[in-house]
Amino acid sequence: MSDKNKTSDDALNFKATELRLGLPGSESPERVDQRFLTLKNLCPVSGAKRVFSNAINGSNKWVFSPGSTTDVNSGSVPVKDHKPGVSVKEKKSSAAAPASKAQVVGWPPIRSFRKNTMASSQSQKQGGNTNPETEEKAKSGPETCLYVKVSMEGAPYLRKIDLKTYKSYVELSSALEKMFSCFTIGPFGSHRRCGRDGLNESRLTNLLSGSVYVVTYEDKDSDWMLVGDVPWEMFICSCKKLRIMKSS
Amino acid sequence: MDLRLPSKVLEHIFSFVDSNEDRNSVSLVCKSWFETERLTRKRVFVRNCYAVTPAAVARRFPEMRSLTLKGKPHFADYNLVPDGWGGYAWPWIEAMAEKSPALEELRLKRMVVTDECLEKIAASFKEFKALVLTSCEGFSTDGLAAIAVACRNLRELELRECIVEDLGGDWLSYFPETLTSLVSLDFSCLDSEVKLSDLELLVSRSPNLKSLKLNRDVSLDALGSLLRLAPQLVELGTGSFSDKLDQEAVSKLSQAFTELKELKSLSGLWDVLPEYIPLLYSVCPGLTSLNLSYATVQMPDLVELLSRCSNLQKLWVMDLIEDKGLEAVASSCKELRELRVFPSGADVDETNVALTEQGLVSVSEACPNLESVLYFCAQFTNEALVTIARNRPNLKCVRLCVMEPFAPDHKTQQPLDEGFKAIVEGCKGLQRLSVSGLLTDKAFEYIGTHGKKLRMLSIAFAGDSDLMLHHLLSGCESLNKLEIRDCPFGDTALLENAAKLETMRSLWMSSCGVSFGACKLLSQKMPKLNVEVIDEHPLKTRPDSSPVEKIYIYRTLAGPRLDMPEFVWTIHKNPEIGVSNLAIE
Repeated sequence: MSDKNKTSDDALNFKATELRLGLPGSESPERVDQRFLTLKNLCPVSGAKRVFSNAINGSNKWVFSPGSTTDVNSGSVPVKDHKPGVSVKEKKSSAAAPASKAQVVGWPPIRSFRKNTMASSQSQKQGGNTNPETEEKAKSGPETCLYVKVSMEGAPYLRKIDLKTYKSYVELSSALEKMFSCFTIGPFGSHRRCGRDGLNESRLTNLLSGSVYVVTYEDKDSDWMLVGDVPWEMFICSCKKLRIMKSS
Repeated sequence: MDLRLPSKVLEHIFSFVDSNEDRNSVSLVCKSWFETERLTRKRVFVRNCYAVTPAAVARRFPEMRSLTLKGKPHFADYNLVPDGWGGYAWPWIEAMAEKSPALEELRLKRMVVTDECLEKIAASFKEFKALVLTSCEGFSTDGLAAIAVACRNLRELELRECIVEDLGGDWLSYFPETLTSLVSLDFSCLDSEVKLSDLELLVSRSPNLKSLKLNRDVSLDALGSLLRLAPQLVELGTGSFSDKLDQEAVSKLSQAFTELKELKSLSGLWDVLPEYIPLLYSVCPGLTSLNLSYATVQMPDLVELLSRCSNLQKLWVMDLIEDKGLEAVASSCKELRELRVFPSGADVDETNVALTEQGLVSVSEACPNLESVLYFCAQFTNEALVTIARNRPNLKCVRLCVMEPFAPDHKTQQPLDEGFKAIVEGCKGLQRLSVSGLLTDKAFEYIGTHGKKLRMLSIAFAGDSDLMLHHLLSGCESLNKLEIRDCPFGDTALLENAAKLETMRSLWMSSCGVSFGACKLLSQKMPKLNVEVIDEHPLKTRPDSSPVEKIYIYRTLAGPRLDMPEFVWTIHKNPEIGVSNLAIE
């Protein structure tokens, strides 16, 4: 049973149900073929951060108007505007890209890996580089990342962390705990004496084996210092490497 | 008279049964066959990681050596599944570490894999041999270092289009000098530079190396030296193909390519400069698979290259090939089985207009073994589809993406209903179909009527009403996976065909007209399904009539999953809510 009978009833709602790409309330120009579903935003649009907010460019939202009744049982359907399609060629010769061209999420269906690869390929060509430079991750700077190597006594390989992602010794300590917990047997316990800025000493204690680990770092003068003695900001400026040692 | 075969005999017989589809059938015959089969199955495929618990799998297949898992729904590839939805590898790895420590191979697709996961693998599976991650994310190169250092018998390490936090190329140096078992290495998706000397050492001590796929950072010069160390390669993915080399270096590289007598598959070729394409001519006659989908090669150069590839079975290329290039493929590549044509630009406006429906028609006419097609194109016609169906009734997979949503037949302005009708009617063995362009309910009536072997169907911006869904769910007997986005229909068809959903692996619908009430009703009617509502807006206080953003429905033996984020709702979160409850809490 087709819903086409409803066409005349919904004629008044044509504009409302017309599928379009554009800011809500705007009229699309020459492109008559703007048949995109408009999903009415039933929930208040606040400034709150949304999970999908970055998926839709700008303030263009997909708005759905399911006709006059939103009745679960009737399965009402937005009536699509059956205007004859405009051929691609015509569209191209008409107005250039419409004023507000929304990016449809996931369309055309190209994998993000491919999109990213092509995008970086384009920018390389524009930048004139044929060999992409590897980022110097070890370089520190106020705006860029601050990667330092973290090694642990007895562990077969080391890790790298970005010190800029932590704001205090407490955060760093728990991150290290998580990262290296697989090298110790059993649950992790930590006995920390918290000072004013969160940490005076950093100790990672292994309950079962009983050995206590101490976190040290190599500073700008290539001296090995105990982590936690200086204020955090000073620490991240001078830390070159981290090493977790067994304290004897 | 007892006609039962002793289990030892059964075991021996079953050891010849390779395909899991056959093994599944075998296991349904009777209890003793079930028992014997399960005790002898070595390769286990779980195509939806939430359909069953890791413990149940480990329990049923104690001799499992290879596990393949798939996580997120297919539309996650196109950013339709929000971050944090799920698909975590950890519970599986943790369970197998305890219950199946003899595991040797792990193949994961669309799953979240962390460094902890990789470390756990390295620490737990003493005989670990193969790690293949496809479209996975969540780990860094540190995790790779863990695998490299610990897996003494590693044969395969493949990262296919993964999103990896790249902390540098050191990880490669962690392969110990004692590791000589490498057969396949694919790090093409990584960004940063690995040390050439490490790579050369690794390759030179890997006599069994058959497949090597480099990342973009490996220079052309480096490629030359690697090829000289591994002339036995069967699969090669080059790095960047664009450095400026002097004459001597070019001829050395050319020589290296000529030595690749076993090469069957070639990929990579990023940024390939036209003057280097002749370097590849010597390997062309032997190639069965060629992936040029990242190579910005223009049509004339493509023609030169492809006309030498008489044994090609699989070709992935960009729309830069144009109709003319596809005509050349049609006349030269008679063994072609699979063709994929990707767009070179991300938008409809950037599509290469010299690639039209005619290109695909030419190939369908001249390549008798063509069975799988993925084709991005600006526009199409019914006539072309009818011709293609007539030419190629043996097509098994047709994925047509007309870039402009709702684009009609550009010659007649009609919907593409008749064209797709010809496809499903003519290609009786069609298993996978993606439709696009302007389509009415009629198209889906045809698909429901004729698409009896159809297992997977993808639909976007199509149809007029509920009928569309009803035709598909009631008509397509073999339907296993259905994914739909931006199609206008409501709840009726879904609820009327609820039972069908238990015969399918999964159903995805986003930006359609399914209401919250229908989701609740469906959940209550069908306890063996997980009906997931994915919606960023809070659902508890929603009226039943309001449409939801996305739903993902799949059959499961595992019950509700325990790792649902905030934005995923199933009825298990609010079992007390009845369908008729419209009260605002």
